[in-house]
Amino acid sequence: MLEISGITQIFGGVTALEDVSFRINRGEITGVIGPNGAGKTTLFNIITGIYTQTCGKILFEDKDVSRLQPERLARLAMVRTFQNIELFGGMTVHENVMVGMHTKSSSGLLACALKMPWSMSEERRIREASMKWLEFTGIADLADVMAGNLPFGKGRMLEIARALAVEPRIILMDEPAAGLNSQETLGLAQLIKQIRDLGITVVLVEHDMELVMDICDRIVVLNLGRKLAEGTPREIQDNPEVIAAYLGEDD
Amino acid sequence: MKRELLKFAAFTAFVLLMPLFFKGGYLMNVLVFVGINTMLAIALNLLLGYAGQISLGHAGFFGLGAYLSGVLTVNYDWNPWQAMPVAAVVVGCLACLIGFPILKLKGHYLAMATLGLGIIIYIVFNETIELTGGPSGLSGIPNLAVGEFTFDSDVKNYYLVWCFALAVVLFSINLANSRVGRALRAVHDSEVAARVVGVNARMLKIQIFVLSAMISSLAGSLYAHTMTFISPASFGFNFSVELLTMVVIGGLGSVYGSFLGAALLTLLPEFLRAANDYDIIIYGGLLVLMVMFMPGGLVRGFPDLFRKIFNRRGGSEHA
Repeated sequence: MLEISGITQIFGGVTALEDVSFRINRGEITGVIGPNGAGKTTLFNIITGIYTQTCGKILFEDKDVSRLQPERLARLAMVRTFQNIELFGGMTVHENVMVGMHTKSSSGLLACALKMPWSMSEERRIREASMKWLEFTGIADLADVMAGNLPFGKGRMLEIARALAVEPRIILMDEPAAGLNSQETLGLAQLIKQIRDLGITVVLVEHDMELVMDICDRIVVLNLGRKLAEGTPREIQDNPEVIAAYLGEDD
Repeated sequence: MKRELLKFAAFTAFVLLMPLFFKGGYLMNVLVFVGINTMLAIALNLLLGYAGQISLGHAGFFGLGAYLSGVLTVNYDWNPWQAMPVAAVVVGCLACLIGFPILKLKGHYLAMATLGLGIIIYIVFNETIELTGGPSGLSGIPNLAVGEFTFDSDVKNYYLVWCFALAVVLFSINLANSRVGRALRAVHDSEVAARVVGVNARMLKIQIFVLSAMISSLAGSLYAHTMTFISPASFGFNFSVELLTMVVIGGLGSVYGSFLGAALLTLLPEFLRAANDYDIIIYGGLLVLMVMFMPGGLVRGFPDLFRKIFNRRGGSEHA
């Protein structure tokens, strides 16, 4: 599904990532974990086209996407969410998700401004389909609320709903549980499993070990910019190197 | 959607009935300007209020429209109806060419680049004397006409200009509530998030820059054909700033706000004339007060103000 090979990222003399390679399998939930500063978010930014890596290659469904911009990746059905949720604060919850359907619609500027019949019927389709995603993430009752006024947990759900509206085949989530209370985290775990059940491949960077061990099919561990280990949650928990470098530090 | 239509119908009725209260006179001429400035403020608002991109050079596009219309009709005997769309297309192409490099810039740098653009255009008007008449201006620009009917009075021009202005209002409202308008607002709120869900922010900014320039050009052509005389002084940096003020005072991201801003800033100097030399002080003071107490612009500030007054009254009754 997604093949990352030899990714190295150097920021002005500091090596953030060094020769990181791994694969993400279709239909699985993969967790990327590691101590602070391990390079997890940098890796996410590279995969999703926010940064361009110093060297290395990324294949998405056997297509080289190493240097594609985020908007191109969205059209190829790859989407992400952010650690500090990035919402369109001045728009309603419903409108936020409607923007998620940008690549699934095509009316141009003139057709929109002149209210051409085809753009009007497309508008109805966007309106209805985006509602479906609000229901899926359980925030349909907030459809007309300004996104900027949402509590953090609901904002997180909205960001996921908006990402799902892109109809991705892979979704990358950067610390989706950050800032959520334990109740909300439980709901999130359920939701992520439901997303996988839709046939969408999920990759997440996460610090909440309980969540990661609970829902992930496979885990990749990064430490100091290098890949330390990868395997099933059980293998990772039993890996002495991981315990030394990361889990052991907790105590 | 129904409510939008109703609002637009009410606005149209208001605009159409205005001349009945003035019966010609000097103020009619000012109201023609309100129409032109409304078009300009909406054009700039699409860029600034919706897409979040600043321009300090919009007077330049306005001037280009005016001068292209003027030069083509005066020097080359074109029909004004032909000159107007040609001017808009030329300005649109120019905006597209300029937009590619300068819309890569953000914030202050974009402000500087568009400022420079406006100044360059202003200098061209002044220096190409053979074509434009230079600083002394270009006169004898023909009025628009349909058959034998010539738009040669203020009332006629009022309806002519407002036909275009209302079309621009409707066009912009439709745009704002559509797929493209949402994408624009999304880019404004979080460009990175918009890109991640597939919005090509760069192309969208260029598109809206071109549209904005073309509407400004159209306003410029109307200005030239209604005033019949143009000179570079009307299209300088000062006017770019005035347009920016209209948009901000009226309310960013609101089409009707742009009308309010344009109307206020066009009419205020006329009403303050009675204050003689103090007019500029009162004018400046009012603007400062408005920005302080109505940071969301007139379009949001007035309802808020009413609510506050109403609430205070309600509160004192309880006390």
